[in-house]
Amino acid sequence: MENKRKYVIPGDVITTGPYRPEQNVILDGNKIISTAIGISEIYDDSIKVIPLTGKYIPKIDDLVIGKVISHTSLSWELDINSCYVGFLPAQDVFGRDFSAHADELSSKLKSGDLVAARIANFDRTRDPLVTIADRDLGKIDSGHLVKISPSKVPRLIGKRGTMIQAIEMATGAAITIGQNGWVVVSCETPEGLLKAKKAIQMVDEKAHVANLTDQVKEMLESKGES
Amino acid sequence: MGGRDTALVLLDENGIRCDGRKVDEPRRIMIKAGGLKNADGSAYIEFGDNKILVGVFGPRDVHPKHMSNTDTGILRVRYHMEPFSVTERKNPAPSRREIEISKVIKEALEPAVMLDKFPRTAVDVFIEVLQADGGTRCAALSAASVALADAGIPMRDMVAACAAGKAADTIILDVNNEEDQAGQADMPIGYMPSLEKITLLQLDGVLTPAEYKKCVETGIHGCKIVYELQKKALTEKYFGNGEK
Repeated sequence: MENKRKYVIPGDVITTGPYRPEQNVILDGNKIISTAIGISEIYDDSIKVIPLTGKYIPKIDDLVIGKVISHTSLSWELDINSCYVGFLPAQDVFGRDFSAHADELSSKLKSGDLVAARIANFDRTRDPLVTIADRDLGKIDSGHLVKISPSKVPRLIGKRGTMIQAIEMATGAAITIGQNGWVVVSCETPEGLLKAKKAIQMVDEKAHVANLTDQVKEMLESKGES
Repeated sequence: MGGRDTALVLLDENGIRCDGRKVDEPRRIMIKAGGLKNADGSAYIEFGDNKILVGVFGPRDVHPKHMSNTDTGILRVRYHMEPFSVTERKNPAPSRREIEISKVIKEALEPAVMLDKFPRTAVDVFIEVLQADGGTRCAALSAASVALADAGIPMRDMVAACAAGKAADTIILDVNNEEDQAGQADMPIGYMPSLEKITLLQLDGVLTPAEYKKCVETGIHGCKIVYELQKKALTEKYFGNGEK
């Protein structure tokens, strides 16, 4: 294939030579070794492995879907399907003039609420700081939550968004994808909703298959006729 | 040790061992990746008559909190034998031996896993021995490494394990229960095949330097056989049979 894709498992030597190791690969001498189960891709000067399994690791500027676990008088804690909890400070919602005495956090977000949030800051020393102060972010009022493996999110989006566009076009659904593997689907018609959910689950199951976009399109169209 | 059971012939004149194997032949090995829905990663191994199930969770929050490390994630391993895994009921409480094997397996996996990417978290490995027949630590280690890969924990290499030993004055591969009881030496080896590094080496018995060398070589040969099966198990789960 174009850029020499290969199935790899941890410990597999992908190639040798002067390449720059990117995601999920390590350099041992001049050997480039995969550290995950996935598909290796060799570019002109770099190598990366797209993982097929694993938990979500927060990255700055990622859009995630979070679920409110609890709150203190100053902040909320969000379950973002990761090994760390998302930390949402109250100033973010109430603004600068937030006062812990006057404002009650549960009036804005309660435990169990879903929010679309962006990772504002994250490093090794602290839990990820998330924000909802932006356009398209904030509490999610309606829609269905579909959980897929976070490692398959890039596949669901597709090259330049082709996959997700195909699903949205065919079903008329609005889909919000969190990088953490949580996806919110909302649609006017119940048929479109079911179809979109099915398509998303299909991508999750068959992520390693080549030309999946065509297969998904086929599935969406065939259902439309019946 | 030697000669306790006079009826048992460990190695006959044709070079066939008590269970019909050749000197350098491992037992039948079957590994399956996945299988447990609620664990993040899992594996099942049949290594001769050993049957072992491994579940992996994590990276996840550390409880109790004081165990967490701000520099790196931690690995926790529990090796446990079911009460019905041996002929006489085994008390399910952790024994001295189980605690030791848990530690040994943990230390054999640590060089492979790269937990420095997940500070303040823990990866838990639960090993349940359903049926034991000698060489459970090697089988458990091999399965644990498949389960860790299945859970998506970054690893420098897989860890494959196999035992070698000495019975009837001959170096043999993959010591079974009878050979362990009546034989002269037992040497479990954990090995990272791509990096060519040993992560576990224990020895119970006495060997001459020449025998020791041969024993290590034999064991590594066994590890490579196990590695191929680990690879097959993971390939089957993630890429189906369409090898590219």
